[in-house]
Amino acid sequence: MTPEEIKNKIQTALPGTALKWVRDTLLIENPQDLPKVANFLKTSEEFRFDYLSSVTGADYLQYLEAVYHLYSMEKKTGPFVLRARVGRDQARIPSLVPLYRGAEYQEREAYDTYGIIFENHPDLRRIFMWEGFEGFPMRKDYVQEDSEILEASDIEWLEKHQVQVPEGMKKRAEELKKQGRRAVAERPGQPEPQ
Amino acid sequence: MIFGSGVLRSMLITLKNFFTSYFKGPEEGGIFTVEYPETRLPEKERFRNFPFLVYDRNPENLRCVACDICAKECPPKCIYIVREFDKEGRPLKRPAVFDIDFTVCMNCGICEEACPFDAIYMDHEFEIAGPERQSRLLYHKDDLLKSNEYFHKIRPTDATAIDQQRREAEEKKKAAAEAAAKAKQPD
Amino acid sequence: MEKIFSARDPSALNTETLEINFGPQHPSTHGVFRMNIVCDGETVVSLKPVMGYLHRNHEQIAENMSYAASMPYTDRLDYFNSMSNNFGYSLAVEKLANIEVPERAQYIRVIMAELTRLVNHVSVIGFLLNDLGAFFTPVLYAFREREKILDIFEEVSGARMMCNYFRFGGVKYEIQPHILQRIKEIVKKFPKFLEEFEALLSKNEILCMRCQNVGVLPKELAVSASITGPMLRASGVDYDIRKVDKYSIYGRFKFRIPLGEKGDVYDRYYVRILEMHESLKILDQALKDIPATGELVSKKMAPFLKSPRNFKPPVGEAYGRVEAPKGELGFYVVSDGTPQPWRYHVRAPSFINLTILEDMCLGHKIADVIVILGSVDIVLGEVDH
Repeated sequence: MTPEEIKNKIQTALPGTALKWVRDTLLIENPQDLPKVANFLKTSEEFRFDYLSSVTGADYLQYLEAVYHLYSMEKKTGPFVLRARVGRDQARIPSLVPLYRGAEYQEREAYDTYGIIFENHPDLRRIFMWEGFEGFPMRKDYVQEDSEILEASDIEWLEKHQVQVPEGMKKRAEELKKQGRRAVAERPGQPEPQ
Repeated sequence: MIFGSGVLRSMLITLKNFFTSYFKGPEEGGIFTVEYPETRLPEKERFRNFPFLVYDRNPENLRCVACDICAKECPPKCIYIVREFDKEGRPLKRPAVFDIDFTVCMNCGICEEACPFDAIYMDHEFEIAGPERQSRLLYHKDDLLKSNEYFHKIRPTDATAIDQQRREAEEKKKAAAEAAAKAKQPD
Repeated sequence: MEKIFSARDPSALNTETLEINFGPQHPSTHGVFRMNIVCDGETVVSLKPVMGYLHRNHEQIAENMSYAASMPYTDRLDYFNSMSNNFGYSLAVEKLANIEVPERAQYIRVIMAELTRLVNHVSVIGFLLNDLGAFFTPVLYAFREREKILDIFEEVSGARMMCNYFRFGGVKYEIQPHILQRIKEIVKKFPKFLEEFEALLSKNEILCMRCQNVGVLPKELAVSASITGPMLRASGVDYDIRKVDKYSIYGRFKFRIPLGEKGDVYDRYYVRILEMHESLKILDQALKDIPATGELVSKKMAPFLKSPRNFKPPVGEAYGRVEAPKGELGFYVVSDGTPQPWRYHVRAPSFINLTILEDMCLGHKIADVIVILGSVDIVLGEVDH
């Protein structure tokens, strides 16, 4: 089946869904249509994509993207790739957990790393990072925590071992210690605690 | 089958293994462990653990030219190189500082693959333990230098092949230089 | 008046559920895995896995370095089977950059991947028995065999576990005839060991009682929850990526896919035993057919061995997946034409296989949770990536 035919089949079955081919994958222009399309692909006799192999996020600077790799265990076909794009600030995509249980942890992972909020997910929490972690580490604008900042105890240790520490770093560490914090992430566009 | 016969059979197998471990060699199911510090397993030639720098003849004559390629390719970025300069401030083809942090190095062997000057190779040394990170596990240039003979000792096939390559390259270079000199002479 | 407790009338007992924090430092969680288990007596009422203790953001590390430089990092995902991890990653990048792999390298890859499967299954069964209480006897029998294969890995690649052996478009080192001869000997002797191992375990009443009808995973749930690998096949779904995708040269070999019936812990154990027999068949054929000489790395990729930073795949994306011993290991790589991948994602089988851990454990005793977890076969390096 050619890509164009698949697209037409989906569109005739589900009128009103805007679809587009991007790099051999199907982009669903309105993310809210995603469960509809996935349900169609899963249940229709022709496709039977019953196995959701991988769910992942990606950051393309202007938008965030969720990528779904579908396979058919029954027909042994695939992959069929769906993608949905959302803005960075209002990243909300309906969850596929009601259709595919396998999406549960993978969507949690995508939420944890990219901050894509999956609506109707039964238990959308961080999975790898700890509770109270700020920011989403896989976004391209994330600046690693602790990259430039030393903790007060580190500086103490370094000085005990005759390693020179720049004055600015020492000052910074003392200030943070006074505030009762260990270190902060330095993100561009955010006022730094002085 | 009687209930419990499976367990009995398992016990018989365990018993059999217990006795064979005393009377048979490791190949037939005997004891295969080695009492480590006293006896050792033979070293495999390709075994890799932590890089070292090769020098020819004397430590002054090291192959490294401080090109920084290994430092760039190193996945965990554990190599730190500073080039040496002479009194007039011209760069020399040798490192002034060559540090490798053993606590960061993951023994992948990519430095060895990437080096275009055959200067850095993976060692067989694995008994590297120290009480303190800064003093013992940060390796400086002097700790890393090892002779070509040592390289021949631990990895004979690789070392011979590389020596051969280097000799050929040198001869080619010499021939090219001679040809160039000859071409120049008539002028 | 207060009710007087009576042992004869349990309903009069004032009971409440007990919340147990299982792990992360517990030997039977196979690493640093944690479960919040709510128990009613000894029966599990709710189970919430907590992970991330070994999280190092493998994906971000890979996005910040050249393609070849993340090869040694993939070793550290599932540190029991570094060869299959290498296989998955190189397959994805080869798809992305359209690289052909020479014949001999393909055979070496298959041999290494199948040896890894033997290593994994044999030690996993050992650990499962450890969890059951057969403390270290089966594990050491398994490790005796594993050791022989790890010796081969060390001789071929230079490291026992962190092999870093595959390269894009081939493999790193030549495999000498005497090593091939030794692999042949291992393949010849392995069935005898398996026979003994099976006689030790398969009909053992203790194993049967602890494993049969425990942690049953129905077929439909297994498919919907994206379970892969021996776990899926134990539930009776005929799906093996080696057969479906026929990646590398798996299409040339004759082997069968063992399937379970019920999907309980015993089926998962037995499917692994049978899978080892099939792996030996593949090894047998591969060792017979392997060409004596040939290129190790394709001509296109040979120059990049010396300078990995110059390797720039064309703009595009690829999803490469292999049948790793634990399930489907997928790598999703997006290239923007620079030496570093724009997006690099790992679909880790043991992470996703944990999705239905709670469903399998509900209603069982807390001691069964350990057995069920052992039969899922997780490695925390991969779960937490």
